[in-house]
Amino acid sequence: MQRSTLSDVTYNWIVGLLAGLGILILVAPVIIVIATSFTTSQTLRFPPPDLSLRWYRELFDPVRSAPIHTAAWNSVWVAFVATVVGAVLSVLAALAITRVSRPSARLLEASFLSPLILPSLSYGLAALMFFSVLGIRPSLNLLIAGHLVVIAPFVFRTTLASLTQLDPALLEASANLGASRFYGFRRITLPLIAPGIAAGCFLAFISSMDNVPVSLFLSNARTGMLPIRMWGMMESTLDVRIAAIAGVLILATLLLMIVMDRLTGLTKRMSA
Amino acid sequence: MAGAAIAAAGGSAPGDRVEWRLAAPLGLTYLVFFAAPFAILLGISFYADAEQTRLGLDSWTKFYGDAFYLKVIFDTLKLGLFAVAATTLLAYPLALVFRASGPKLQRLLIFIILMPLLTSVVIRTFAWIVILAREGVVNQTLMGLGLTAAPLNLLQTELGLVIALTQIEMPLMLLPLLTIMNQMDQNLVDASRALGASKWRTFFKVVLPLTLPGWIAGATLVFASATTAFISQSVIGGARLVYLPALIWQQSTVVYNWPFAAVASLTLLFTVLAGIMALGWLGRFAKTN
Repeated sequence: MQRSTLSDVTYNWIVGLLAGLGILILVAPVIIVIATSFTTSQTLRFPPPDLSLRWYRELFDPVRSAPIHTAAWNSVWVAFVATVVGAVLSVLAALAITRVSRPSARLLEASFLSPLILPSLSYGLAALMFFSVLGIRPSLNLLIAGHLVVIAPFVFRTTLASLTQLDPALLEASANLGASRFYGFRRITLPLIAPGIAAGCFLAFISSMDNVPVSLFLSNARTGMLPIRMWGMMESTLDVRIAAIAGVLILATLLLMIVMDRLTGLTKRMSA
Repeated sequence: MAGAAIAAAGGSAPGDRVEWRLAAPLGLTYLVFFAAPFAILLGISFYADAEQTRLGLDSWTKFYGDAFYLKVIFDTLKLGLFAVAATTLLAYPLALVFRASGPKLQRLLIFIILMPLLTSVVIRTFAWIVILAREGVVNQTLMGLGLTAAPLNLLQTELGLVIALTQIEMPLMLLPLLTIMNQMDQNLVDASRALGASKWRTFFKVVLPLTLPGWIAGATLVFASATTAFISQSVIGGARLVYLPALIWQQSTVVYNWPFAAVASLTLLFTVLAGIMALGWLGRFAKTN
């Protein structure tokens, strides 16, 4: 009994210690980046010698940071269009997959999800070769097509998950009461799966904004994307403006998350 | 369009053919923009020279006949495994603490766990440069404590890269693990403890097998992501540490040897798929035992 208590004490200590280390390693970088973005210093020294908005002013300067602004708007546009188109296609595909229970549906499901695990860097190079063999010049539309393929599975997956939780009796009841199938879709299915679609769109948008492997090959100087631009800034001089970009992106993601929560919470209440 | 297709299906019995049509737009998009590019990639790998004039297996034999490139494959696999091991070591204790805490602490923990997701991979990489640099936090702390006289070189080392990747990839491991940890039946844990098993024994004999599917899901994502994390690898690892993504990038956009880049790219694909299949096999093996 004594020995088992001792071993239990070491268990608690080791689990506690490792969990503490895990929390530290998760939180510290985010705090350090935010703190660094307010530095007065020319370098990335931490802790910053004094606090100021110097680097945010620098970042929002329309002349000196023009390439960053262009890249940021390109990223937002590509993410927006790819998410909207990807969501429509994915929701349709998810509806098809849940209604057909043949083994081939499982195969189709797996192939629709495959971009999630296949290395997108391999895909990025493949897409570059594909478009150049076809003789299509780089443009934002190519980036949209490339991003679409990599981010559609996020919406497909969450929509499929919501659809499998949907009670088929609801649709049967609506059909028995004489509602058309489209009416049933619009008034029953869609409101119930809306939170799933919204969550998927959120993930898809974020992952398009962050995408490196596809943009790396499909973007050029004219169609710069934000993550690639930041990579360039990191490779050359360690520009403190990167920390300011990080600050802006963290705030934007946080706001988007709150809006998302409100929206899906709202839809839940509306469908209840 | 959705409306038209579904309305067309209305009235008649739910015919499979009509339902299949809904999957067609995404299926066609994938066929054109996903399957076709990979077919082209495979095709280009069978050119023997960089100018793509001659067909042949030269690019393949050059890649797999050179010890340098074989070491790049090995290093990439090793990096993926290290990242899986390190995230596992920290994610399991965190998940256990999460399971044991009350609702208030759980909310705080969820916020902490999701925090890295607020920052993109590029920003997380940037954060680790600030931390690991010569005048960074780690070196200043070590020197302040008098543990080292000169700043350590943590950037451009494999250790530094694994530490950074641990944080960068951690959410991918934690999310599936937390989900399955919360679904686990507490009665099984209580029974093991009541029958006199120590906490260690309970963990290895009850908790670990029950949460293995979640771990496999997480490990798959971490492995796939760490082996292909081009920016983290090149910025933190530097030019001295070469992994498959950097090789693909260099061969395709600097050297302009597309057939060779295609071989490297397909090798990355096979490496990741082999890793994923090995993890899936491990899961089935553990289930049958």
